[in-house]
Amino acid sequence: MTMGVVIASHVDKIAEGVYQLIKESAPDVSITYAGGTDDGDVGSSYELIEAAINNNEADELYCFYDLGSAKMTLDMVSDMSDKPITIFDAAFIEGAYTASVLIQGGYKKEEIDAQLAPLKIK
Amino acid sequence: MELTGDKAKAWLLNFEAKIQEHKAYLSDLDQAIGDGDHGSNMARGTEAVKVNLEKIAEPETAEVLKQAAMALISKVGGASGPLYGSAFMQMAKTAKETTDIHELIEAGLEGIKHRGKADVGDKTMVDTWAPVVEALAKDALTNEAITQAVDATKPLKAKKGRASYVGERSIGALDPGAVSSGYLFTALVEEVLQ
Ligand SMILES: Nc1ncnc2c1ncn2[C@@H]1O[C@H](COP(=O)(O)OP(=O)(O)OP(=O)(O)O)[C@@H](O)[C@H]1O
Ligand SMILES: [Mg+2]
Repeated sequence: MTMGVVIASHVDKIAEGVYQLIKESAPDVSITYAGGTDDGDVGSSYELIEAAINNNEADELYCFYDLGSAKMTLDMVSDMSDKPITIFDAAFIEGAYTASVLIQGGYKKEEIDAQLAPLKIK
Repeated sequence: MELTGDKAKAWLLNFEAKIQEHKAYLSDLDQAIGDGDHGSNMARGTEAVKVNLEKIAEPETAEVLKQAAMALISKVGGASGPLYGSAFMQMAKTAKETTDIHELIEAGLEGIKHRGKADVGDKTMVDTWAPVVEALAKDALTNEAITQAVDATKPLKAKKGRASYVGERSIGALDPGAVSSGYLFTALVEEVLQ
């Protein structure tokens, strides 16, 4: 089972920036992102988040979000998807970074979950 | 009381009109304790609901509710999208078994709670929906009861959503989602219950 990371933010540039930050340290991990509304405004888009989940090449996904509606939209997409998806209430950047570099390092799911646990802030 | 397909359509079109009318007010309420987009979010979402509903020539309750859910989920862009969207999706599912209004709205409330994890007293739209469900159980939903529920969000401190980040500052302000839900139920009274 390969593991991948999905990033969902309210702002397209934030999502892209977090991706850029993380990709440097996790070049081989499938990381996809969605930011903002369909029109590029601040908010969440079902369509963009669904695409980020569907376009991720990994079998199992770890998702990280910034605020409220990004999580609720991830939740809705996850209800509709067949992939195993976990949404983490972790500090956004630290959580996504931790998961990605540990996946890159070949760590097991249990070990990654254990390292993410103390980053829970929401 | 039953929610027929025609009534469901009339109800949601009335809701759309109320949202458009009060769009600026809803955004002002949201600016005070959130990010100032609730009016434009709901206006965009209900406009999409209207477009979907106008395509339905022979409205059937579950289909009307489902079309509304899909429009809200894909077009609102804020927390109220997945929340109202989940409410209408639950209602659409329930409508396959029963079109009793109390049972439908109760299912909608469960959808919101499932999605947002808020409870009564957290200063969210749940604080409008929950008393409305209780009133419907007694066949006693009136505009006064709705206004009372909406106004009761004022003294609360927000525990969910954007407003929860401003802490004490949320006290004294109406919750925008509770107010827009108030319009939803005023429209219900006008189109279905009266
Ligand atoms: N967890 C929740 N449970 C129930 N209702 C909620 C929750 N979070 C927010 N709300 C409701 O949503 C309303 C705000 O809707 P709005 O369309 O402005 O979304 P938003 O808060 O700007 O979204 P975002 O999460 O993208 O910041 C609030 O007034 C409240 O009634
Ligand atoms: Mg808002």
